[in-house]
Amino acid sequence: MSKTAGRAAGVEVDRARTSENEHLVRLLRQMLRIRRFEERCVELYSHSAIRGFLHLGIGEEACAVGVIEALQPDDAVVATYREHGHILARGVSMRATMAELEGKVEGCSHGRGGSMHLFDATTRFYGGNAIVGGGLPLAVGLALADHLQGRQRVTVCFFGDGAVAEGEFHESMNLAALWQLPVLFCCENNLYAMGTALELTESETDLSLKASSYRMPSWKVDGMDVVAVEDAALHAVEVVRTGGGPHFLELRTYRFRAHSMYDPDRYRDKAEIEEWKKRDPIPTLVERLTTSGALADDALERLEADIKAEVDDAVAFAEAGTDEAVEDLHRFVTSEPIQGRASQ
Amino acid sequence: MSTVTYREAMRQAIREALIGDDRVFLMGEDVGRYGGCYAVSLGLLEEFGPERIRDTPLSESAFVGAGIGAALGGMRPIVEIMTVNFSLLALDQIVNSAATMLYMSGGQFNVPLVIRMTTGAGRQLAAQHSHSLECWYAHVPGLRVLAPATLEDARGMLMPALEDPDPVLIFEHGGLYNTEGELADEAGPVDITSAAVRRSGDDVTIVAFGGTLRTALGAAEHLAADGVGAEVVDLRCLRPLDTATIVESVAHTHRAVVVDEGWRTGSLSAEVSARIVEEAFYDLDSPVARVCSAEVPMPYAKQLEDAALPQVSDVVDAVQKLGA
Repeated sequence: MSKTAGRAAGVEVDRARTSENEHLVRLLRQMLRIRRFEERCVELYSHSAIRGFLHLGIGEEACAVGVIEALQPDDAVVATYREHGHILARGVSMRATMAELEGKVEGCSHGRGGSMHLFDATTRFYGGNAIVGGGLPLAVGLALADHLQGRQRVTVCFFGDGAVAEGEFHESMNLAALWQLPVLFCCENNLYAMGTALELTESETDLSLKASSYRMPSWKVDGMDVVAVEDAALHAVEVVRTGGGPHFLELRTYRFRAHSMYDPDRYRDKAEIEEWKKRDPIPTLVERLTTSGALADDALERLEADIKAEVDDAVAFAEAGTDEAVEDLHRFVTSEPIQGRASQ
Repeated sequence: MSTVTYREAMRQAIREALIGDDRVFLMGEDVGRYGGCYAVSLGLLEEFGPERIRDTPLSESAFVGAGIGAALGGMRPIVEIMTVNFSLLALDQIVNSAATMLYMSGGQFNVPLVIRMTTGAGRQLAAQHSHSLECWYAHVPGLRVLAPATLEDARGMLMPALEDPDPVLIFEHGGLYNTEGELADEAGPVDITSAAVRRSGDDVTIVAFGGTLRTALGAAEHLAADGVGAEVVDLRCLRPLDTATIVESVAHTHRAVVVDEGWRTGSLSAEVSARIVEEAFYDLDSPVARVCSAEVPMPYAKQLEDAALPQVSDVVDAVQKLGA
């Protein structure tokens, strides 16, 4: 090998390392955006700017970010009612998301959905489903449409450990596996179905075994490590996209806050929560990046400042947003003739 | 003209839809190899193959939900559910997803899905295969609910239902599948928004739909022999209801009897009666009467099932009690 070639190869390695570091900083940025956004939601909820049920994913950010980073723009996402992180990771603006939480026309669901029903046609984000398990059949159908039309797209379906007890979970796993459809099932196992612990709801608490029983490849993944999540998702998405049939990721995670703003969190041991907080995906990644020198001393501060400005802007946008006219109450019960339709 | 059964008219409609649009496919329990539990799809698997005539597992919630997802993904699915009783296993998907998706997404995601299912009694199938629960679905904003009672409607409602950008439910009364009659060879799409006057008369309006249209027409025939002119209105579209046609008829006849195979309490007959009272009260010469199924789970024994269902004689009696 000539010297020139050797030098070129070295440059490649450096570039790859730089690019990897930049990518890790991007993952950190995405998780921090979600965290700071949701922390602001708590304040806004206490001021009554946000109402209804508000479910926060603080602690679970690595799941949404790691999986969604592995997707292509024309892939589809089906999520649950704890989906602020997912829609932000998917690229929908904080402005549109916050405006939705404040019930404004400028919101991503026109103010009709609120926190539990975030939708976005341009990024193929199909909710925001607040019936536990209800999103799984939809994901199977989206994948069926891709299969029938010969498109190489992936549908990612997020759901919690609670959904595993629902009949719709089992029906959908069977159908997707039977028809070998391009779905990536992502179970965000935070150990509690609202207030009831997994061992009190499941006879078999190893959830990946459920997928295996449908002959679906499955992995247990550390859902507190965004890099591990992304690695698993990249691999699974590739196999699913190229005709490998549905796959299942069990993302082992934990929510640091209560189920919703109404939940006094009586069912969890405080020591358990503190123990999981030691594995917070954000400080974990910050430490990794700082140790490797990928994050300069003031870089985190600058990142935080940028994100604070973005959140401030989103809140200002939402608060300046439009209240929909009551005369429009009946709009969208059925389609309007001239309305642009997304179901293409 | 050709002589066809209701079943064949429905099959012609499905076949035409499959030929005309690559996005259309049929999915449900036993629609393929078995030929459809009521033989509606017999022969379609051989013609269109297993990708477009898809046998599903017994998973109503998953395959109805998959129909919604496929509709969102650009297809035009026809989902068949064996009976309305089984559709309750998919109630979550129909009510919580199909009917709400457009509204809760602020107009972004419409669901162009057609769901067909059998309804009704009269075949001694007892209490888990015989009920008429159309009104449960007719209660839900976001759904269009159709009840083809004639060969023309069996042939013609599917195409406009598939063209509807929103979810449409088609209820096929099990007692109608073998009904035979003449159908024009060029029979095609029909209107799916309005009720139809199936027989004109001056003395009383009989409102019916689906399986009870025959009962209403039979009663009108009896009444005619006694010199009573009954006008028969077939609702056809159970949601949204065509109130104007009903009111117009009542304004002409001044009396109304509503026939409904559902249970009286909280039924479509209750809704129709309320609308007549709300919008045609001063046209009425007598109270609105109703003939409904007895409020019992459907019994198996023939004489009990007959006693539970609206019969021609019940409708004739109801009309006579109004003094028409």
